[in-house]
Amino acid sequence: MHELPVIEKILKVVLAHAAKHRVKRVVAIHLEVGELSDLEEQWMQHYFDHLSKGSRAEKARLVIERIPARLQCAQCHETFLFVTVSDEGNVCPVCAATDCRLIAGQGYFIKNLEAL
Amino acid sequence: MSDEIRLIEVKEEIFADNRKVADDLRASLQKEKTFLLNLMASPGSGKTSLIVKTIAGLSSEIRLGVIEADIDSMVDAETVVKAGVPAVQLRTGGFCHVDASMVNKGLEGLAVEDLDLVILENVGNLVCPAEFDTGAHKNAMILSVPEGDDKPLKYPLMFSICDVLIVNKLDYMEFSDFNLEKMRERVLRLNPDIKIIPVSCRTGEGIENWLEWLRLVSGQFAVGSGR
Ligand SMILES: Nc1nc2c(ncn2[C@@H]2O[C@H](COP(=O)(O)OP(=O)(O)OP(=O)(O)O)[C@@H](O)[C@H]2O)c(=O)[nH]1
Ligand SMILES: [Mg+2]
Ligand SMILES: [Zn+2]
Repeated sequence: MHELPVIEKILKVVLAHAAKHRVKRVVAIHLEVGELSDLEEQWMQHYFDHLSKGSRAEKARLVIERIPARLQCAQCHETFLFVTVSDEGNVCPVCAATDCRLIAGQGYFIKNLEAL
Repeated sequence: MSDEIRLIEVKEEIFADNRKVADDLRASLQKEKTFLLNLMASPGSGKTSLIVKTIAGLSSEIRLGVIEADIDSMVDAETVVKAGVPAVQLRTGGFCHVDASMVNKGLEGLAVEDLDLVILENVGNLVCPAEFDTGAHKNAMILSVPEGDDKPLKYPLMFSICDVLIVNKLDYMEFSDFNLEKMRERVLRLNPDIKIIPVSCRTGEGIENWLEWLRLVSGQFAVGSGR
């Protein structure tokens, strides 16, 4: 639901880097997005196309990699993949403990740009 | 002509600057000895009702203020002011969440130096507010019985970032198949440190446990209070 503020921020960061490196045009933007972050990739591109009009990043492609959510066992500290929507999952594969902390799967990270 | 594609490394976290604003806010409020609580929940789960109960229970001992962020309407802020404490209504402009700089704005409308505890009623939704650090010292959420005990499965992020979970509308339990034990198990699989407090804002059941938790955490900043 908050694609717009996220995209505004991404564009700002991208344009700052584009200016610093004196690029003519940004072609693609590689992003990492947590699996649990709520956003629609289509909407992100849509908002991006709209906001980037007339800038060096106009028509750049968003390449989004979703980062899987992970849990850490509170007992033995083993980390493992989070199974969404399930009562059976979320059990430590090593010690079978069920008290676990969510340690990954949220946030937005700009990895790099492809530019001309 | 150098029309070759170059790879430019960025490596930037999108919310890094919000986190910085939030950290600064937390620190400056702590210096003022003002405790900020971020209260999140679905629409209608009882956020305003819980705030009103909290005012009734604590305002004789703790100086309270409220920031209302829920949609652009004055209804909740008016309810809170009627209950006897200062409140500001944030203009969120249809935003789905509150971030730390919005909270900073809201705090300008409250005399923070005269307050011990500020409660932020966040926008009603279990998804977006979980992704934004508001600068609060603790995160609280409400799950009300009519919403169902499966919510930890559907909104894992929200349950994983909260310090306390208030299960409201206990009086509704007899009309519902809500299984408190099952819900507890589901929540602890995401967040073993969370404190779970069942209450009813209607009957008052469990409210004392909530007030006790709030006294304890917000009392951390008070000096010479004997706590
Ligand atoms: N039965 C029952 N009803 C409750 C309880 N707590 C709140 N309500 C009712 O639930 C409705 C919504 O309560 P609010 O306190 O306005 O909830 P809210 O989360 O602030 O709602 P919004 O700000 O509109 O999202 C009201 O009609 C309350 O009277 C409770 O413990 N039991
Ligand atoms: Mg309300
Ligand atoms: Zn383990």
